[in-house]
Amino acid sequence: MLISYREALNQAMREEMQRDPRVFLIGEEVGYYQGAFKVSKGFVEEFGVERVLDTPITEAGFTGLAIGAAMAGLRPIVELMTFNFGILALDQIVNNAAKIRYMSGGQLSAPMVIRGPGSAAHQLAAQHSQSLEAWFCHVPGLKVIAPATPSDAKGLLKSAIRDENPVIFIEAQLLYGTKGEVAEQDYTLPIGKAAVTRTGSDVTIVAYSKMALLALEAAEALAKEGINAEVIDLRSLKPLDTDTLLESVKKTGRVVIVEEGWEFCGLGAQIAETIYSKGFDLLDGPIVRVAGEEVPMPYARPLEDLAIPDQTRVISAVKDLL
Amino acid sequence: MEDHSNKSDFLKLYRDMLLIRRFEEKSAEMYALAKIAGFLHLYIGQEAVAVGCMHAIRPDDYVITSYRDHGHCLARGSEPQKVMAELFGKATGLCKGKGGSMHLIDTERNFMGGYAIVGGHLPLAVGLAFASRYRKEDRVVLCFFGDGAVPGGHTHEAFNLAALWNLPVIFICENNRYGMGTPVEREMLLYKDIAERARAHGIEAEQVDGMDVLAVKELTARVVKKMRKEPQPYFIEASTYRFMGHSMSDPAHGHYRTKEEVGEARKQDPLIFLKTRILQDGLATEADFKQMDNDVIETVTEAVKFGDESPFPEPGALHEDVLVE
Repeated sequence: MLISYREALNQAMREEMQRDPRVFLIGEEVGYYQGAFKVSKGFVEEFGVERVLDTPITEAGFTGLAIGAAMAGLRPIVELMTFNFGILALDQIVNNAAKIRYMSGGQLSAPMVIRGPGSAAHQLAAQHSQSLEAWFCHVPGLKVIAPATPSDAKGLLKSAIRDENPVIFIEAQLLYGTKGEVAEQDYTLPIGKAAVTRTGSDVTIVAYSKMALLALEAAEALAKEGINAEVIDLRSLKPLDTDTLLESVKKTGRVVIVEEGWEFCGLGAQIAETIYSKGFDLLDGPIVRVAGEEVPMPYARPLEDLAIPDQTRVISAVKDLL
Repeated sequence: MEDHSNKSDFLKLYRDMLLIRRFEEKSAEMYALAKIAGFLHLYIGQEAVAVGCMHAIRPDDYVITSYRDHGHCLARGSEPQKVMAELFGKATGLCKGKGGSMHLIDTERNFMGGYAIVGGHLPLAVGLAFASRYRKEDRVVLCFFGDGAVPGGHTHEAFNLAALWNLPVIFICENNRYGMGTPVEREMLLYKDIAERARAHGIEAEQVDGMDVLAVKELTARVVKKMRKEPQPYFIEASTYRFMGHSMSDPAHGHYRTKEEVGEARKQDPLIFLKTRILQDGLATEADFKQMDNDVIETVTEAVKFGDESPFPEPGALHEDVLVE
């Protein structure tokens, strides 16, 4: 069936809430308002206010509440209206959710999903447009997912809800309306497995979330010029699917990494290091990164366009490398 | 009024406080001998709060606290040997040596842990209470914290959610008059009635003499009884005093309080308070107390021996329990 990214997320949560009474949804305006991006449409009607909880605008408080509930055996889904506000809950996520398993010597855990949109949308300016996935990937005890398609969004969100660990699930605000084919039957996708979304032999373009779609478009444009790019959509950022990366590099010998987040200490730095350390001999040239500019996101449209990777930059990075 | 005339009950309260006292004294000694490292926050002086509260709840209720957690853990019934082994960083410790002094956790007793970011565990407490209500249980949550946690943001977010959703959590503020080395009157303008903070969120609140274990127990029992039938949060401000420094890194008195002040506070010692009462009521003799002290000292000595003789975690433990596999 052809459904939107938003509907895919809605289906994933709905199916898991039907399947497991321990699962509940908590966040700002997830109930009667149906979520700021309408991801939880129809939930309060189907599951009631006991399981679909509208919260005050206090991210630390309700994220911490969800962590405590997870420690007590429930399966919370926390919706952050955007991951920008997740910064307010960072102490709870990093110091409590991520560490409780370890510091309790395996006695406790926090099985939960913290989800919501990250990255830039259109002209939301500095405080509402940022890609913070690298922050979460840095912390032991967390898994991090950033799907690009409706099918991946559904399959991975279901896996995340069933996972025994805290999972950071970063959606892309600009993708909620995009449509794609999603299987009719119940399915999950494994966390930690990348997808080769286009096969090629000249260069590997590695990306995730919205940038994975950009990479595909760039690859199609390059194909018209006789350059055959392979595209890897990471889907899971942590754990990282090193095997799929190395398999591809073995074939192409060249890598371009595309990410929307800031370059310095960005996820691309880690991906490059992983390839260098485990597959240096496979490379025929240096790894090239295309990343967000080192600036807070500007409001003005022409400046915002300059701050985020676009097709032209990806194409020229590939050409420079070849 | 609850009946406190029960002899074994009085003696049990005393014994539980004495265990904490002797355990903490021994911990300080072990710290000086470098058997215990890192931060070590002693509970000496505040024993009546943890013990009084713990005697008012059921085994299936949840308990959560800050990093000054040895007293709560012992009062909850955790084995002193496993607690001491954890302080020693040994594989036989409650948390296999991974948590240490500030992160004692014992899920068998629903002791959900010590947390070392001031105020950071209050939202967790509210979440535990949420789980209880979600499952339609009548379990309550005891959440301990100090006066230093009261002005912080997580605290107020937790108060608001607990009040808004009628969650069965008792917030127990152990007002020991200092947030680390800063006196409470320099932490907040309205310091005389800390419970006002909770009332401002619509939470019923009461003050209690935190040096009187009988009063603490009685109040907690009354609150818990009501809370099981009618879930809603409650705030208790227990006035108490820590006789030692904030941690082992600072002396009991010096920069921020005088020797005289500490000496004056020690006259309110919760152990002496109850002992006097027991002697007055003729429930035990000095000889009985001597015997009890000997027993407790033996327990603590055994705990030290166990901790000392236990092995450190194997190198292979380093990467265990990061994730649930």
